[in-house]
Amino acid sequence: MSKRIEAKNVDIYYSKFKAVEDVNMVIEPRAVTAFIGPSGCGKTTFLRTLNRMHEVIPGAYVDGRIDLDGEDLYGPGVDPVNVRRKVGMVFQRPNPFPTMSIKENVLAGLRLNNKSAGTSEQDEIAEKALRGANLWEEVKNRLDLPGSGLSGGQQQRLCIARAIAMSPEVLLMDEPCSALDPISTLAIEDLIQELKATYTIVIVTHNMQQAARVSDTTAFFNIAGTGQPGKLIEMDSTEKIFSTPTVKATEDYITGRFG
Amino acid sequence: MNKQVQAPHERAAHSDLIPAKPRVGDKVFTGLSTGSGVAILVILAAVAAFLLLRALPALTASADDIAAGGYTSNLAWLDGFWGWVLPLAFGTIWAALGALALAVPVSIGIALFISHYAPRRLAQTLGYVIDLLAAVPSVVYGLWGFFVLAPALGGLHRWLTTYLGWFPLFSGQASGTGRTIFTASIVLAVMILPIITSLCREVFLQTPKLHEEASLALGATRWEMIRMAVFPFARAGIVSAIMLGLGRALGETMAVAMILSGQNRISFEVLTAQNPNTIAANIALSFPEAYDLKINQLIASGLVLFIITLAVNMFARWIVSRRAAFSGAN
Ligand SMILES: Nc1ncnc2c1ncn2[C@@H]1O[C@H](COP(=O)(O)OP(=O)(O)O)[C@@H](O)[C@H]1O
Ligand SMILES: [Mg+2]
Repeated sequence: MSKRIEAKNVDIYYSKFKAVEDVNMVIEPRAVTAFIGPSGCGKTTFLRTLNRMHEVIPGAYVDGRIDLDGEDLYGPGVDPVNVRRKVGMVFQRPNPFPTMSIKENVLAGLRLNNKSAGTSEQDEIAEKALRGANLWEEVKNRLDLPGSGLSGGQQQRLCIARAIAMSPEVLLMDEPCSALDPISTLAIEDLIQELKATYTIVIVTHNMQQAARVSDTTAFFNIAGTGQPGKLIEMDSTEKIFSTPTVKATEDYITGRFG
Repeated sequence: MNKQVQAPHERAAHSDLIPAKPRVGDKVFTGLSTGSGVAILVILAAVAAFLLLRALPALTASADDIAAGGYTSNLAWLDGFWGWVLPLAFGTIWAALGALALAVPVSIGIALFISHYAPRRLAQTLGYVIDLLAAVPSVVYGLWGFFVLAPALGGLHRWLTTYLGWFPLFSGQASGTGRTIFTASIVLAVMILPIITSLCREVFLQTPKLHEEASLALGATRWEMIRMAVFPFARAGIVSAIMLGLGRALGETMAVAMILSGQNRISFEVLTAQNPNTIAANIALSFPEAYDLKINQLIASGLVLFIITLAVNMFARWIVSRRAAFSGAN
């Protein structure tokens, strides 16, 4: 289920503006990869190219190659809709559908896929996804109430449940805890540890401790100045990055000397 | 009083004890908004009272009085005032529903095209054109319906009655002039299209990016995204837009008066020469020659229109509020 991602010479543009330049990296399956770096260096932008969400912004496009287990995501004839069904995404701000109940939210992606799943099968999938997101015990008695009635942390776990209900091969998370309180943050970090057994996980975070706590591999992005494209500076095991980084800028960033 | 003459340093020390003075701007605005609110209620009550008072003679008149000095019923099963006004109320609602049936799908389609499909330049141009349609006076629509549309639709009338005559709405003998409830509904549809379209476009554009992206990231196609994120978010707005359109169609006078040759009867057939009339058009056409009880009857029919419109609005509010918890407003 879990797949390996390989990016080769990836340049990312917003119309004429080149936001990210020449990224080459390998993201291993069954592991957590963290993207860190100062604001505006292109972490979100790069993450969104991994499920072809970048191109929904008018004028935005990608140059280069991104392979999912050897299959080019940007190859001719590849439908971005299918890519997104395989590569799930959790956004910075929790975004459950306000017009849907908790259960409908979890099943939202599934309804797009096979509309024919029976009621009991749907209940099963919803329960499994909610358990997977550590939310089941809190919501099992109010599955038919609106998802917007949950707390921020619960909403974010609902979004994770919605993503994993699709059984994706990769799970992308863009600063999933930045809008949450410390306790909800811990709950999500624990969850990420459990999920990596099943999924390839990529997480963007501005919180160095979080990267150190949850990830196996860390990629440091940096930007030379405003208007310049962001670049991948260094990528290695999280232990290595946080103890003996090879690049000076990485060390400066993780020790809090800038950014 | 005392506090206001304290020395500056004392005032600073006690500043949090001095009650906040209401600002002039606040007072003016509060007065203005309360005043406007009250004024609307007073005007509404005055209109209702006028209608009720002047309608009363017609409402209380016996069938014989009406037969002697007023407009009489065409219905075999109901005489008096109600027998006369019922076909008018029917025609009003029938024409308006026909207009809605034609205008709503087209409006929502155009609004979606502008908000989610068209390139920005084209979307803007289309938006202007639609808004321009709203600026055309209804007399002009009436003239266009009478001179252009009705004659042009004569062939379609004959074709529909010939080949689709088995469908109850299209049965009967096709009108030779094209001045039917069908043509009137089309003109009404064109008239209410701009308001429904521009309101829908506004709400569609306000769909949070967050929810659109949520559905796209789940692998929704554009149409699935619209069904998942845009429509549910816009539901209340769409209902309001439809009701505004319906309100306009119900009350439209000139265009219908010019196009339709009404007969004060109840008939679901939309293509024949015998069409029901609408309340507003009937008032406009009959008022110049009406006197005594006839005037009361016309005003009473206006009261009926008033009540229909009110009921439509309350129904719309009920629809909007039914699933308020799921509206995303919280
Ligand atoms: N929708 C957009 N349109 C144009 N430029 C954008 C857009 N989103 C981000 N950018 C630009 O791309 C660069 C990278 O942004 P982003 O990926 O959001 O950085 P990060 O997530 O690392 O903070 C920034 O210079 C930002 O201004
Ligand atoms: Mg970001």
